[in-house]
Formats: sequence, C-alpha cells, structure tokens
Amino acid sequence: MGSGKTALVAALARSLSDERSIAVVTNDIYTTEDAEILRRAAVLPDERITAVETGCCPHTAIRDDITANLDAVEALERDIPGLELVIIESGGDNLTATFSYGLVDRQIFVIDVAGGDKVPRKGGPGITGSDLLVINKTDLAELVHADLAVMAGDAARQRGERPTYLISLAADPKGGPVAEWVRRELRSPACIAVAGR
Amino acid sequence: MGSAAGPGNSGREASWAGDANRALNRDKSGGGKATLLLLADGRLPAGGHAHSGGVEEAVTDGRISGLDDLRRYLEGRLWTTGAVDAALAIAAWDLGDAVPLPDAAWSRLDAEAAARMPSPALRAASRAQGRGILRAARRMWPTPWLGDLAGIHPDGPLSAPALGAAARAAGLEAGDAALLACQNATTGPAWAAVRLLGLDPFSVACLLAELAPSVEAVAAEALSQGAGIDVAQLPALGGPMTDVAAEVHASREVRLFAS
Ligand SMILES: Nc1nc2c(ncn2[C@@H]2O[C@H](COP(=O)(O)OP(=O)(O)O)[C@@H](O)[C@H]2O)c(=O)[nH]1
Ligand SMILES: [Mg+2]
Repeated sequence: MGSGKTALVAALARSLSDERSIAVVTNDIYTTEDAEILRRAAVLPDERITAVETGCCPHTAIRDDITANLDAVEALERDIPGLELVIIESGGDNLTATFSYGLVDRQIFVIDVAGGDKVPRKGGPGITGSDLLVINKTDLAELVHADLAVMAGDAARQRGERPTYLISLAADPKGGPVAEWVRRELRSPACIAVAGR
Repeated sequence: MGSAAGPGNSGREASWAGDANRALNRDKSGGGKATLLLLADGRLPAGGHAHSGGVEEAVTDGRISGLDDLRRYLEGRLWTTGAVDAALAIAAWDLGDAVPLPDAAWSRLDAEAAARMPSPALRAASRAQGRGILRAARRMWPTPWLGDLAGIHPDGPLSAPALGAAARAAGLEAGDAALLACQNATTGPAWAAVRLLGLDPFSVACLLAELAPSVEAVAAEALSQGAGIDVAQLPALGGPMTDVAAEVHASREVRLFAS
C-alpha cells in the first residue's frame, strides 16, 4: 500500500482528460477511500469514478473473477457515451497482484523507492510481467538510502525489453512520462490497469 | 440454441414435475453432472466471491461470532432464501428456451422475485449477481434467448432467475437449477464467514457436508411444489432481519463485501 497507485491514476486523469474521455474504477479493500481521494482531487467529474467491492480478495477481483470490474466498466460505457479510456486501480498490494487481460489491455505496476531498493530484484509477476513498471517517489531516495541505479538495473534484468520509469509524482503530479507512454501505447477505447504495492 | 417449444410452460410441466431424481440422473445430451459441478464451482467467474449473503453484517452486528452461530444462520438461510431462490430458479428454468422469449412472463417473474426482497440494497446486490451469472452463461452457452433476457432486464435479472436461465441454457434440468440455488444460498455465506472470522475451514467444510442432505431436501421440495404453480403462488419465505441488515450493511462506510 502507499506506493502511489492512486496518485498515478490522478496524474493520468489530469494529463489525459483534455484529450480523451476518461473514467476510473477503484478496487478498495475496506472502503471507497481511493474513489474519495480521486473525487476530492477533482481530477474527474464524480460520475466518472466508480468503486467496486472485492470481498476480502482484491486479487480475485482483478484476476480470477473479473465480473465486478467488468460490470463497472460496462456501466460506465453505458452511462458515458464516447468513453475512450478506463483506468482501473487495484486494491491489492503485493508483488503477485496482476490483472487479467480479459479485463484490461495494458497494465502498469507501481512500486516505490521507500519500499527499499531490493524490491525489483525480488521479481514476481507484477515486476517482471507488467507492460510498464513505475518506480515512484524518487524524491525520497536519499532519505531512505535507496540506490536508484541498483533499482533500475535490477528492473531491467527482470524485465528484458519491457520499460521501467523512475518518477516522482510529488515533483511531477501529471506523471509526464507515464502519460506519454499511455498516449503511445493505446488507441481508444481501451482499459488500463494500475496495480502494485 | 432455443428449441421450437412455444411460450408458456404447459408442454414442459410433465418433464420435471415432482421428480427430484432427475437432477442427478439424466440421459439426454448437453448438461450432465460435470456441467452442474461447473456451475456450482465458486471459482466460476460470475462475481459471487464479492458477496457474503448477509454474513458480513451479521458478523459486524454480533449475530455470528462462531461456528454454532454460522450453522444456525445457514440453516435459516437455506429454508428461507434457499427455498425461495430454488422456486424462482425453477420458474425461470421453465420459461427459458422459448422462442420468442415470453417477455411478459419474464417481467412478471422478475416482479414476483423482487417482491420477495423488500430491501432495495438486497435487490441491487441480487441484480449485480444476476448480471454476473448471465454474463458468464452467455459466454459459456451462447444462445440468442439469453441475450434477449439481458435485454428484458436492463439492470440485470435477479440472481435466482438468472441461475435458472443459466441452468436451462447449459442443458441442465429444473432440479439442477433448484439445487444450484440452494447450494449458493449456503456455500457463499459459509466461505465468506471463513474469511471474515478466521474460522477453521475444515470445520466449515464439515458443517456444509452436514447440511448437504438438507440442501437436497429443500431443492427437492421446491421441485415438487413448483410444477404448474402460478408464479404469484411461489413461496415467499424470508426473515425481516435479512432485509434490515442488508440496508444497514449498504450504508456502512467500511465493508469488505458488496452484500
Ligand atoms: N514523497 C512522495 N510521496 C508520494 C509520491 N507519490 C505519492 N506519494 C504519497 O504517498 C501516499 C500514498 O499514495 P497513494 O497514491 O494513495 O498510494 P496507493 O496506496 O498506492 O494508492 C500519499 O500520501 C501520496 O501523497 C511521490 O512521488 N513522492
Ligand atoms: Mg490507492
């Protein structure tokens, strides 16, 4: 928890909502907290933000039984004609949290510098298999004695050709490089996932 | 594919009236035991895992704190919700497969089912599950009438009629639909209790094994009652707490399950 998934969703909404018709689905574990954060940040109108409950199993809801998420996406599509991009935030918070490609077209996995610079080395499906790995909170590297070069090198070894971006959403609340990646990667309509720690 | 049978149930009553054994003993092609097991599998991607069948609220307000409470809860649920859902699933099974789809009869069944669920939150949760069941069934056994069914219910069918329709599309018998409804009424809440209370899963599995004969009995009872009954006459058993608690649950800020 706390790597910056919600911050990234907000950043993408900020960067892309002028160009595309966007909606967000959150998968909170206990409450609708992420949805509330996004509503308060006012990055999108309220009716474009939906929260689904995951019955104690946030991983199931994005991987094995994607029904609740599909249902939410379909409801958004019905209510918002011309919808082009849906961003789904996972409520799961560990390295094995991955989305089903039955639900999304691309997935972004977020970890943060504060979680320690050994995380990329440990691997796991999110680190190795996601379409984009985001290592957030580079602004904290010095404070937590994390070596960004080590993190980048380990990530590259784990991921082969797949890209890794080191960013600070605190310094760049529009998530510039990630938004650029989404623009390049995705034709609309599309569904992207934000999972991670 | 839809059969050539006309609307209404007159021609089909004899095929399922009062014969619970047909549920597990059939000769026709299509749905067999393996298909039934597939539909009963909690891992089926139909959205059931996010619903606790009222257990989360019962745990929160102290009605369920251990295995004994859970046993009483499941028994109560089986003989009320389970019995009603079984009857509704049979009624839906009976309507299924007719071309053209008897819209008016489906709408009437929906109204009867909704009337048995006073809590709006409970109805919303049931429709969410109904949409999930229908979505899965349409992929697994694509028949035009299942698509038409989705058209008749823009917010989704309630879960028990959806289950009956799925069973029909899968080639299963009316008794299978009843059995599925009764099984869902007990297993979903039971496994939710394991997650919420950290109960010993083997103890809960034992509890479900002990309940299995009752599950069969309630399903068989629904099947024997179901033949030819006007949908308005279907059982309307329930417990006011189910509906009251569902409303309280829906208003809570912190919750893990959708219902
Ligand atoms: N220092 C710093 N904090 C950040 C950064 N990005 C997000 N945060 C903060 O980290 C906390 C958790 O972020 P959030 O997006 O809610 O994480 P999530 O649990 O992964 O969704 C919040 O207090 C954010 O303000 C960053 O780049 N640097
Ligand atoms: Mg979050």
